[in-house]
Amino acid sequence: MKTYTAHIAVTLRRAILDVQGKAVEHALHSLHMPGFSNVRIGKHIELHIQAQDEETASGLIREACDKLLTNPVMEDYTFTLHEGEAA
Amino acid sequence: MNIGVVTFPGSNCDADARYASQLTGNTVHALWHKDTSLPASLDAIILPGGFSYGDYLRTGAIARFSPIMEEVIRFANGGGYVFGICNGFQILCESGLLPGALIRNEHLSFVCKDVHLRIERTSPFTNTASVGDVVRIPVAHGEGRYTAPADVLASIEDNGQVLYRYCTPAGDVVPEANPNGSLNNIAGITNAAGNVMGLMPHPERACEPILGSADGLHVFHSLMRQCNTAMA
Repeated sequence: MKTYTAHIAVTLRRAILDVQGKAVEHALHSLHMPGFSNVRIGKHIELHIQAQDEETASGLIREACDKLLTNPVMEDYTFTLHEGEAA
Repeated sequence: MNIGVVTFPGSNCDADARYASQLTGNTVHALWHKDTSLPASLDAIILPGGFSYGDYLRTGAIARFSPIMEEVIRFANGGGYVFGICNGFQILCESGLLPGALIRNEHLSFVCKDVHLRIERTSPFTNTASVGDVVRIPVAHGEGRYTAPADVLASIEDNGQVLYRYCTPAGDVVPEANPNGSLNNIAGITNAAGNVMGLMPHPERACEPILGSADGLHVFHSLMRQCNTAMA
Protein backbone atom coordinates (compact mmCIF):
# COMPACT_ATOMS: atom_id res chain seq x y z
CA MET A 1 0.00 0.00 0.00
CA LYS A 2 1.12 3.53 -0.76
CA THR A 3 0.06 6.78 0.80
CA TYR A 4 -1.14 9.56 -1.48
CA THR A 5 -2.02 13.16 -0.72
CA ALA A 6 -5.00 14.67 -2.48
CA HIS A 7 -5.93 18.33 -2.85
CA ILE A 8 -9.59 18.69 -3.72
CA ALA A 9 -11.07 21.99 -4.94
CA VAL A 10 -14.84 22.39 -4.60
CA THR A 11 -16.73 25.24 -6.28
CA LEU A 12 -20.36 26.04 -6.96
CA ARG A 13 -21.54 24.82 -10.35
CA ARG A 14 -21.19 27.41 -13.08
CA ALA A 15 -24.95 27.65 -13.53
CA ILE A 16 -25.39 28.79 -9.90
CA LEU A 17 -24.86 32.42 -9.03
CA ASP A 18 -21.83 32.59 -6.68
CA VAL A 19 -22.86 35.53 -4.52
CA GLN A 20 -19.73 35.37 -2.36
CA GLY A 21 -17.58 35.54 -5.47
CA LYS A 22 -19.58 38.53 -6.73
CA ALA A 23 -19.16 40.35 -3.39
CA VAL A 24 -15.40 39.74 -3.39
CA GLU A 25 -15.18 40.88 -7.01
CA HIS A 26 -16.90 44.15 -6.09
CA ALA A 27 -14.49 44.57 -3.16
CA LEU A 28 -11.51 44.12 -5.49
CA HIS A 29 -12.90 46.75 -7.82
CA SER A 30 -13.44 49.14 -4.93
CA LEU A 31 -9.74 48.67 -4.11
CA HIS A 32 -9.08 50.07 -7.60
CA MET A 33 -8.08 46.66 -8.93
CA PRO A 34 -10.38 46.62 -11.92
CA GLY A 35 -8.65 43.82 -13.85
CA PHE A 36 -10.24 41.03 -11.78
CA SER A 37 -13.36 39.22 -12.89
CA ASN A 38 -15.18 35.90 -12.55
CA VAL A 39 -14.23 35.41 -8.88
CA ARG A 40 -15.37 32.01 -7.60
CA ILE A 41 -15.32 31.10 -3.91
CA GLY A 42 -15.08 27.46 -2.98
CA LYS A 43 -13.40 25.21 -0.47
CA HIS A 44 -10.21 23.24 -0.35
CA ILE A 45 -10.02 19.77 1.15
CA GLU A 46 -6.69 18.06 1.77
CA LEU A 47 -6.51 14.39 2.75
CA HIS A 48 -4.33 11.30 2.78
CA ILE A 49 -5.48 8.09 1.15
CA GLN A 50 -3.89 4.67 1.23
CA ALA A 51 -4.22 2.62 -1.95
CA GLN A 52 -2.39 0.09 -4.13
CA ASP A 53 -1.79 2.58 -6.92
CA GLU A 54 -2.72 6.01 -8.18
CA GLU A 55 -5.67 4.82 -10.24
CA THR A 56 -7.26 3.11 -7.24
CA ALA A 57 -6.64 6.19 -5.11
CA SER A 58 -8.32 8.39 -7.75
CA GLY A 59 -11.33 6.11 -7.82
CA LEU A 60 -11.70 6.21 -4.04
CA ILE A 61 -11.45 10.00 -4.00
CA ARG A 62 -14.09 10.34 -6.70
CA GLU A 63 -16.38 8.04 -4.69
CA ALA A 64 -15.81 10.11 -1.54
CA CYS A 65 -16.51 13.33 -3.45
CA ASP A 66 -19.69 11.97 -5.01
CA LYS A 67 -21.04 10.50 -1.76
CA LEU A 68 -20.06 13.03 0.88
CA LEU A 69 -17.43 15.66 0.15
CA THR A 70 -19.49 17.49 -2.49
CA ASN A 71 -23.15 17.81 -3.43
CA PRO A 72 -23.41 17.24 -7.20
CA VAL A 73 -26.66 19.24 -7.30
CA MET A 74 -24.76 22.43 -6.57
CA GLU A 75 -21.03 21.78 -6.67
CA ASP A 76 -18.24 20.70 -9.03
CA TYR A 77 -14.83 19.46 -7.96
CA THR A 78 -11.35 18.84 -9.27
CA PHE A 79 -8.43 17.25 -7.49
CA THR A 80 -4.73 16.61 -7.76
CA LEU A 81 -2.98 13.59 -6.33
CA HIS A 82 0.63 12.89 -5.50
CA GLU A 83 2.42 10.07 -3.75
CA GLY A 84 3.65 10.73 -0.23
CA GLU A 85 2.36 12.65 2.75
CA ALA A 86 1.96 16.38 2.86
CA ALA A 87 4.66 18.13 4.85
CA MET B 1 -51.47 10.72 15.49
CA ASN B 2 -47.96 9.75 16.50
CA ILE B 3 -45.23 12.18 15.50
CA GLY B 4 -41.53 11.46 16.03
CA VAL B 5 -39.18 14.43 16.32
CA VAL B 6 -35.50 13.70 15.67
CA THR B 7 -32.79 15.46 17.65
CA PHE B 8 -29.39 15.71 15.98
CA PRO B 9 -26.33 17.22 17.66
CA GLY B 10 -26.94 20.92 16.98
CA SER B 11 -30.72 20.76 16.52
CA ASN B 12 -32.29 23.74 18.28
CA CYS B 13 -35.94 23.65 17.23
CA ASP B 14 -36.68 20.09 18.34
CA ALA B 15 -38.39 21.22 21.57
CA ASP B 16 -40.52 23.73 19.64
CA ALA B 17 -41.51 21.05 17.11
CA ARG B 18 -42.52 18.71 19.93
CA TYR B 19 -44.46 21.53 21.61
CA ALA B 20 -46.39 22.45 18.45
CA SER B 21 -47.14 18.79 17.79
CA GLN B 22 -48.49 18.30 21.31
CA LEU B 23 -50.46 21.54 21.14
CA THR B 24 -52.41 20.14 18.20
CA GLY B 25 -53.28 16.93 20.04
CA ASN B 26 -50.64 14.65 18.58
CA THR B 27 -48.69 12.10 20.58
CA VAL B 28 -45.00 12.96 20.44
CA HIS B 29 -42.01 10.64 20.45
CA ALA B 30 -38.55 12.12 20.95
CA LEU B 31 -36.09 10.38 18.62
CA TRP B 32 -32.28 10.49 18.83
CA HIS B 33 -29.89 10.63 15.88
CA LYS B 34 -28.21 7.38 16.99
CA ASP B 35 -31.49 5.42 17.10
CA THR B 36 -31.53 2.47 14.72
CA SER B 37 -35.25 1.73 14.94
CA LEU B 38 -38.48 3.74 15.03
CA PRO B 39 -41.52 3.30 17.29
CA ALA B 40 -43.91 0.96 15.45
CA SER B 41 -46.88 3.29 15.84
CA LEU B 42 -45.28 6.27 14.09
CA ASP B 43 -47.37 8.19 11.50
CA ALA B 44 -45.00 11.10 10.82
CA ILE B 45 -41.42 12.20 11.46
CA ILE B 46 -40.22 15.78 11.85
CA LEU B 47 -36.61 16.74 11.16
CA PRO B 48 -36.33 20.02 13.07
CA GLY B 49 -34.38 23.21 12.49
CA GLY B 50 -30.97 24.02 13.87
CA PHE B 51 -27.36 23.59 12.91
CA SER B 52 -26.85 19.84 12.91
CA TYR B 53 -23.16 18.96 13.21
CA GLY B 54 -22.35 22.67 13.16
CA ASP B 55 -23.26 22.86 9.46
CA TYR B 56 -19.80 21.39 8.82
CA LEU B 57 -18.95 20.65 5.17
CA ARG B 58 -22.43 21.67 3.98
CA THR B 59 -25.73 22.19 5.81
CA GLY B 60 -27.26 18.78 6.48
CA ALA B 61 -24.37 16.89 4.86
CA ILE B 62 -23.21 15.05 7.98
CA ALA B 63 -26.64 14.60 9.58
CA ARG B 64 -27.75 12.84 6.43
CA PHE B 65 -25.47 9.93 7.43
CA SER B 66 -26.75 9.67 11.02
CA PRO B 67 -27.87 6.13 11.93
CA ILE B 68 -31.51 7.23 12.20
CA MET B 69 -31.56 8.57 8.64
CA GLU B 70 -31.53 5.04 7.23
CA GLU B 71 -34.78 4.47 9.13
CA VAL B 72 -36.19 7.84 8.07
CA ILE B 73 -35.47 7.03 4.41
CA ARG B 74 -37.04 3.59 4.76
CA PHE B 75 -40.08 5.17 6.50
CA ALA B 76 -40.45 7.77 3.73
CA ASN B 77 -40.09 5.21 0.96
CA GLY B 78 -42.83 3.20 2.68
CA GLY B 79 -45.20 6.16 2.42
CA GLY B 80 -44.74 7.60 5.94
CA TYR B 81 -45.04 11.38 6.31
CA VAL B 82 -41.73 13.17 6.76
CA PHE B 83 -41.53 16.91 7.37
CA GLY B 84 -38.22 18.79 7.37
CA ILE B 85 -38.14 22.32 8.76
CA CYS B 86 -35.25 24.64 7.85
CA ASN B 87 -32.16 22.53 8.65
CA GLY B 88 -34.48 19.52 8.33
CA PHE B 89 -35.26 20.63 4.75
CA GLN B 90 -31.52 20.85 4.07
CA ILE B 91 -31.03 17.32 5.44
CA LEU B 92 -33.85 15.99 3.24
CA CYS B 93 -32.21 17.52 0.15
CA GLU B 94 -28.81 16.11 1.09
CA SER B 95 -30.34 12.66 1.63
CA GLY B 96 -31.99 12.70 -1.78
CA LEU B 97 -35.52 12.47 -0.36
CA LEU B 98 -36.21 15.89 -1.87
CA PRO B 99 -34.85 17.33 -5.13
CA GLY B 100 -32.57 20.36 -5.31
CA ALA B 101 -30.40 22.05 -2.71
CA LEU B 102 -30.36 25.04 -0.34
CA ILE B 103 -27.44 27.40 -0.68
CA ARG B 104 -26.16 30.68 0.75
CA ASN B 105 -28.75 33.48 0.70
CA GLU B 106 -28.38 35.77 -2.28
CA HIS B 107 -27.63 38.82 -0.10
CA LEU B 108 -25.16 36.77 2.04
CA SER B 109 -26.90 37.76 5.29
CA PHE B 110 -28.66 35.61 7.84
CA VAL B 111 -32.35 36.51 7.56
CA CYS B 112 -34.59 36.36 10.65
CA LYS B 113 -38.06 37.85 10.20
CA ASP B 114 -41.69 37.07 9.50
CA VAL B 115 -42.47 36.30 5.86
CA HIS B 116 -45.70 35.64 4.00
CA LEU B 117 -46.25 32.38 2.17
CA ARG B 118 -48.86 31.46 -0.40
CA ILE B 119 -50.18 27.91 -0.22
CA GLU B 120 -49.92 26.54 -3.74
CA ARG B 121 -51.87 23.33 -3.50
CA THR B 122 -53.60 20.96 -1.15
CA SER B 123 -51.55 18.12 0.36
CA PRO B 124 -51.29 16.01 3.51
CA PHE B 125 -49.46 19.01 5.03
CA THR B 126 -51.91 21.72 3.93
CA ASN B 127 -55.34 20.05 3.84
CA THR B 128 -56.80 22.33 6.53
CA ALA B 129 -55.93 25.41 4.47
CA SER B 130 -57.10 26.48 1.02
CA VAL B 131 -55.05 26.95 -2.11
CA GLY B 132 -54.18 30.64 -2.36
CA ASP B 133 -54.29 31.20 1.41
CA VAL B 134 -51.54 33.48 2.72
CA VAL B 135 -49.89 32.62 6.04
CA ARG B 136 -47.37 34.60 8.09
CA ILE B 137 -44.52 32.49 9.48
CA PRO B 138 -40.94 33.41 10.50
CA VAL B 139 -37.76 32.46 8.64
CA ALA B 140 -34.35 32.19 10.30
CA HIS B 141 -31.58 31.00 8.01
CA GLY B 142 -28.34 31.87 6.25
CA GLU B 143 -28.58 29.17 3.64
CA GLY B 144 -32.14 28.99 2.39
CA ARG B 145 -31.85 29.88 -1.28
CA TYR B 146 -33.57 27.03 -3.07
CA THR B 147 -31.82 25.94 -6.23
CA ALA B 148 -32.10 23.04 -8.65
CA PRO B 149 -30.90 22.26 -12.17
CA ALA B 150 -33.27 23.66 -14.84
CA ASP B 151 -34.74 20.27 -15.76
CA VAL B 152 -35.36 19.38 -12.10
CA LEU B 153 -36.99 22.75 -11.45
CA ALA B 154 -39.23 22.29 -14.48
CA SER B 155 -40.28 18.83 -13.33
CA ILE B 156 -41.17 19.88 -9.77
CA GLU B 157 -43.18 22.80 -11.15
CA ASP B 158 -44.96 20.55 -13.68
CA ASN B 159 -45.68 17.90 -11.03
CA GLY B 160 -47.12 20.47 -8.62
CA GLN B 161 -44.45 19.74 -6.01
CA VAL B 162 -44.11 23.39 -4.99
CA LEU B 163 -46.23 23.74 -1.87
CA TYR B 164 -45.32 27.23 -0.59
CA ARG B 165 -43.97 30.38 -2.24
CA TYR B 166 -42.77 33.60 -0.62
CA CYS B 167 -45.29 36.35 -1.37
CA THR B 168 -46.53 39.75 -0.27
CA PRO B 169 -49.19 40.04 2.46
CA ALA B 170 -51.71 40.25 -0.41
CA GLY B 171 -50.44 36.99 -1.90
CA ASP B 172 -48.46 38.33 -4.85
CA VAL B 173 -45.40 36.23 -5.69
CA VAL B 174 -42.90 38.94 -6.61
CA PRO B 175 -39.10 39.30 -6.26
CA GLU B 176 -39.49 41.85 -3.44
CA ALA B 177 -41.17 39.20 -1.29
CA ASN B 178 -38.29 36.75 -1.74
CA PRO B 179 -36.09 36.83 1.40
CA ASN B 180 -33.17 34.77 0.09
CA GLY B 181 -33.16 34.60 -3.71
CA SER B 182 -34.84 31.19 -3.98
CA LEU B 183 -35.71 30.12 -7.54
CA ASN B 184 -39.37 30.88 -8.34
CA ASN B 185 -39.82 32.20 -4.75
CA ILE B 186 -39.87 28.59 -3.53
CA ALA B 187 -40.20 28.22 0.26
CA GLY B 188 -41.42 24.63 0.50
CA ILE B 189 -41.66 21.56 -1.74
CA THR B 190 -42.72 17.94 -1.59
CA ASN B 191 -41.31 14.82 -3.19
CA ALA B 192 -43.09 13.40 -6.25
CA ALA B 193 -45.19 11.04 -4.09
CA GLY B 194 -46.27 13.93 -1.85
CA ASN B 195 -45.45 12.33 1.51
CA VAL B 196 -42.15 14.15 2.16
CA MET B 197 -42.14 17.93 2.63
CA GLY B 198 -39.41 20.48 3.26
CA LEU B 199 -40.05 24.07 4.34
CA MET B 200 -37.51 26.80 5.14
CA PRO B 201 -39.80 28.94 7.35
CA HIS B 202 -40.67 27.71 10.85
CA PRO B 203 -44.37 26.87 11.38
CA GLU B 204 -43.58 25.56 14.88
CA ARG B 205 -42.52 29.11 15.84
CA ALA B 206 -45.92 30.43 14.78
CA CYS B 207 -48.25 28.21 16.75
CA GLU B 208 -49.79 30.60 19.31
CA PRO B 209 -51.04 34.20 19.08
CA ILE B 210 -48.64 35.20 21.88
CA LEU B 211 -45.78 34.30 19.51
CA GLY B 212 -47.10 36.80 16.99
CA SER B 213 -48.84 34.32 14.72
CA ALA B 214 -50.62 31.00 14.94
CA ASP B 215 -50.56 30.51 11.16
CA GLY B 216 -48.08 27.63 11.42
CA LEU B 217 -50.61 25.40 13.15
CA HIS B 218 -52.22 24.40 9.85
CA VAL B 219 -49.35 21.99 9.07
CA PHE B 220 -49.79 20.09 12.33
CA HIS B 221 -53.60 20.12 12.08
CA SER B 222 -53.36 18.90 8.49
CA LEU B 223 -51.15 15.96 9.39
CA MET B 224 -53.60 15.06 12.15
CA ARG B 225 -56.56 15.22 9.77
CA GLN B 226 -54.68 13.23 7.13
CA CYS B 227 -54.01 10.37 9.54
CA ASN B 228 -57.55 10.40 10.95
CA THR B 229 -58.94 10.23 7.41
CA ALA B 230 -56.58 7.42 6.50
CA MET B 231 -57.70 5.42 9.54
CA ALA B 232 -61.43 6.05 9.01
